[in-house]
Amino acid sequence: MNNLSLLLVVIVLSVAGYYLGRKRSVDVVRGEIRHLHSLPGYYGLFVALWCGLPALVVLAVWIASQTSVITSLVVSGLPPDFRSLPGEQLSLVINDIRNIADGTIVSGTRDQALYAAAKHYNRLKVTGFLAILAVILSICIAGLGLSKRHIAPSMRARVKVERTITVLMVLCSTVAIFTTVGIVLSVLFESIRFFNQIPITDFLFGLEWSPQMAIRADQVGAAGSFGIAPLLTGTLMISGIAMLVAVPIGLMSAIYMSEYATDRVRTVAKPVLEILAGIPTVVYGFFAALTVAPFLRDIGAGMGLDVSSESALAAGLVMGIMIIPFISSLSDDVINAVPQSLRDGSMGIGATKSETVVKVVLPAALPGIVGSILLGVSRAIGETMIVVMAAGLTANLTANPLNAVTTFTVQIVTLLIGDQEFDSPKTLAAFALGLVLFIMTLCLNIIALYVVRRYREQYE
Amino acid sequence: MNRAELNSHEDRLQLIKSKLKWRYAKENIFRVSGIIAILLAVSMLAILFISIIGSGYTAFQQTFIRLDIKFDQDVIDPDNKKEPEALSQADYSALVKTALSKMFPDVSDRRERRDLYSIVSSGAAFELRDMIMGNPALIGTTQQVWFPADDDVDMYIKGHIQVEAEGSGRIKESTVQWINALTESKSLKKRFNTTLFTGGDSREPEIAGIWGAVVGSFYTMIVTLALSFPLGVATAVYLEEFAPKNIWTDIVEVNINNLAAVPSIVFGLLGLAVFLNFFGLPRSAPIVGGLVLTLMTLPTIIIASRASLLAVPPSIREGALGVGASRMQSVLHHVLPLALPGMLTGTIIGMARALGETAPLLMIGMVAFIVDIPTGVFDKATVLPVQIYLWADSPERAFVERTSATIMVLLAFLLIMNALAVILRKKFERRW
Amino acid sequence: MVMSHDDVFETVGRPLLSDGRIKISCRNVNVYYGNKHAIKDVSVDIAEKEVTAFIGPSGCGKSTFLRCINRMNDTIKDCRFEGNITIDGENIYDKNMDPVLLRARIGMVFQKPNPFPKSIYKNVAYGPSIHGLARNKSELDEIVITSLERAGLFNEVKDQLDHPGTSLSGGQQQRLCIARAISVHPEIILMDEPCSALDPIATAKIEELIDELRQNYTIIIVTHSMQQAARVSQRTAFFHLGSLVEVDDTNTIFVNPEHKLTQDYITGRYG
Ligand SMILES: Nc1ncnc2c1ncn2[C@@H]1O[C@H](COP(=O)(O)OP(=O)(O)OP(=O)(O)O)[C@@H](O)[C@H]1O
Ligand SMILES: [Mg+2]
Repeated sequence: MNNLSLLLVVIVLSVAGYYLGRKRSVDVVRGEIRHLHSLPGYYGLFVALWCGLPALVVLAVWIASQTSVITSLVVSGLPPDFRSLPGEQLSLVINDIRNIADGTIVSGTRDQALYAAAKHYNRLKVTGFLAILAVILSICIAGLGLSKRHIAPSMRARVKVERTITVLMVLCSTVAIFTTVGIVLSVLFESIRFFNQIPITDFLFGLEWSPQMAIRADQVGAAGSFGIAPLLTGTLMISGIAMLVAVPIGLMSAIYMSEYATDRVRTVAKPVLEILAGIPTVVYGFFAALTVAPFLRDIGAGMGLDVSSESALAAGLVMGIMIIPFISSLSDDVINAVPQSLRDGSMGIGATKSETVVKVVLPAALPGIVGSILLGVSRAIGETMIVVMAAGLTANLTANPLNAVTTFTVQIVTLLIGDQEFDSPKTLAAFALGLVLFIMTLCLNIIALYVVRRYREQYE
Repeated sequence: MNRAELNSHEDRLQLIKSKLKWRYAKENIFRVSGIIAILLAVSMLAILFISIIGSGYTAFQQTFIRLDIKFDQDVIDPDNKKEPEALSQADYSALVKTALSKMFPDVSDRRERRDLYSIVSSGAAFELRDMIMGNPALIGTTQQVWFPADDDVDMYIKGHIQVEAEGSGRIKESTVQWINALTESKSLKKRFNTTLFTGGDSREPEIAGIWGAVVGSFYTMIVTLALSFPLGVATAVYLEEFAPKNIWTDIVEVNINNLAAVPSIVFGLLGLAVFLNFFGLPRSAPIVGGLVLTLMTLPTIIIASRASLLAVPPSIREGALGVGASRMQSVLHHVLPLALPGMLTGTIIGMARALGETAPLLMIGMVAFIVDIPTGVFDKATVLPVQIYLWADSPERAFVERTSATIMVLLAFLLIMNALAVILRKKFERRW
Repeated sequence: MVMSHDDVFETVGRPLLSDGRIKISCRNVNVYYGNKHAIKDVSVDIAEKEVTAFIGPSGCGKSTFLRCINRMNDTIKDCRFEGNITIDGENIYDKNMDPVLLRARIGMVFQKPNPFPKSIYKNVAYGPSIHGLARNKSELDEIVITSLERAGLFNEVKDQLDHPGTSLSGGQQQRLCIARAISVHPEIILMDEPCSALDPIATAKIEELIDELRQNYTIIIVTHSMQQAARVSQRTAFFHLGSLVEVDDTNTIFVNPEHKLTQDYITGRYG
């Protein structure tokens, strides 16, 4: 592993730096450690940080850019008739080159130029590796040497090391922000490119979704239509069915567990809900496709109904099962946050338990419960695998839950799986859908988090 | 107490009493519906498990057919070159065909012959090649070899498919006769399906295995763990122990809470746009999968780690500061060790969730059909849940049971991880 | 003085009353929380239409004993009751006694004002409507208004009946809770430190109210304030470590207590 060995080199040098720095600090004061400002270990760390950190940064940049740098070099070395190929075909060629370079057998016509390019590619890889190795070695050694020379009894090594660690921690905490920024930028940019090709009004208000684009420009009647209405209705229908299943069951089990259940029931029911929560969604998807959908179709056939084998009902039901533990654990927290004194007040006046729950506890917990339901809806809208495996691909604008419908997430997956041609509206549409999805869930989450937080404060 | 008041007291109690029956009925309905809700949840879990196990347990066995293979020099190495190049190019399927023809000499019709040849997996030829490549001395000998049966035969033996009228089904009457003959001569039996655990993916169900996906999952998890644990802990320590309370930290905090609720597929889009298209990292590679999953699990780990730091009583910090430690020393030497078990628990739970995650990995191309077992984080790979998705999508009946079996394996891994988290929590549970 | 937690004190004073005045009679009451013996063999009578004060140091079981009287302890899981409590001669721990019905007869006011997060009107209407005491809206209005009036709150809130009960001041909230308790016309009102969360002015109002309510209701009040017990109650019971040490007329208790512990407590020498 090339990159791994580079990393090892940096680590080994840093460890060496630690011992050298430590030794040096002891030597500087001739073993009289009490003359040092900090413990010798801090001088060691000081040197190790100087030795390792810059090199690690360079290494990370290299790993991130390595492929694109080499690729662009290889492309520029290709014969001109390759270089002038349009984007997608060029990327296919590059893929071929990489495969040949890796030694995997490529099918189809093989140009001699590609072999030459592959050789070039491999050569560049080796050169690149040697170059970066040299760079990293020199950075490490320079850092080590310079910082070691700085060591003096009066140097505040501990303070410096601690300050570095603090800065590193601050950097770590910005990752969350960069993630959000990254999400927003990446979906936004591609979406803007999409809206340059397809008017945003068509996208938002169009009633038809069929992203099949013409393969050749002169083909007729295949412009593709990108109206999200059927996706929106499909998504809402499946999420609605899911919530119809999850809210009553989740809420009632939370109520039962917190207000009625004996310890015995709780020790059984709680793990069951936790297991439900821990099952991967792909498993639910398989369950929906394997068991629930055929079951519903058989029942439908028995009643003379025509149930699609990819019905919204099947996907919604299973998604509901998935969301049950989510609703129940959030509601459980919320219900338990209602002060006992309210229950006492109600019971003390002669209310039964259910009256207390329905008329006092639930209204008091309502904001929190609404918050948890909103989070559940957000999760249902963003859920992917269940619908990919159990819902349909064709966009039907229908209100019948027995029909097949499709959702945002299904379309994103189908548009992006397989060979994509970048820049085609088809691929970009996926990002536009992602943007819609992100905005919808973001709004739901913010409202929900706000409501729940306000509710918490009310009883704190 | 005057008379009227007494009466009205009595009246009132009577009134209340008259409504009590109805109120208790409602109470019972309410309680019973709570029980029903829990029973529903339990039974749904039970149905899910039963249907997965019921459709998957048969995958742990595979039908094998024994053939007497004559390693014919004329077929394998007619020029007697003994070079690996030549040996690997030989037509090994001819050996299998010959063996089958010898077993059923009266099959002469061309169509029937083809059916006959297809009762053994097409992987048989590769198996023979590997035998010869490993031991060329076998050339010229005759060996008894157990080959995996074709998936249709396997499905027939397991009772998943039946013979249908006029040969319209996947399996024909004649094939059944051969199967019966083989069974009688003890040349056909079911054995434990090792291939399922040791093989890579394949289009042929009988030689497809999950090892490639397991290794891919392993590499992806290693990357995720290596990145998300230090990042998460550092962030949590900073926010909980050092950060000043200001707008900036508020923004970070809101961000983290919100990221925890962003749909996973959006992280996939991020990975596609940033890691693949912008940074040009390789498609389908565990390194990218790990990066995406890191961003996804980070909020979980941060939230758990902060909770666990919060649970460390201030007296510990004060004690350390009191003996002259710096703030950093008090945190690193005293607070962090106490909070570590809680952080680990949160990390394991986050990793378990990442292990089951599928959607974002589809976006970054980990859904490709990959036969080879990956050997590093930059290799093309797939992961267990994606393997499940891929097999669930395959039309062959034999992939249904393999999908279920893979699910069982995945669930077993998740169970182990969660059990680990529970044990860790129990073991280090501390009350101050 | 050295005391152990296992000590059971013989009750001195006049715990038992002559038949005519008895509303509640408790005999050999023992309460356990799991293994903890919280009430130890308490026997006492509570007189009708009179205020009885329970005093004693924190944790001595006053609240526990109070909650036995309307069977609120039933709602605590590991709480076990032994003994006998009768109201008007009826055993309230009888199998046939319905706790819902019992609690409709016994109102309760808690230490911290606990109005429901609903409007003032709905807070007071809660009891009558769950019990079905009003046939129509105007009857309900009337119940709400009279209850608020009796609790001395009506004039202050008559223009804001639809405001949330939680928006009132602490003293008003506590009076709202009293209004809520008397809205179902109970015979007995149990008050567990009703003034401990209130300022002196609000406290004075509540005390005044208690004095008025005494005309119609049998009241038991738990309090930590000697002065309050002296001001509002006719009889006082002193609890200590789960035992009932002394019961007598309030005057006697405060002027001439029989038991040394009682004297120490009311003179503030401990507790
Ligand atoms: N729900 C409970 N579970 C277990 N023990 C309890 C419970 N409630 C009270 N106790 C115990 O019973 C004893 C009596 O408690 P109780 O609340 O009746 O005291 P109190 O006299 O009302 O005290 P305070 O004046 O502080 O309100 C205490 O020692 C307490 O610890
Ligand atoms: Mg009390």
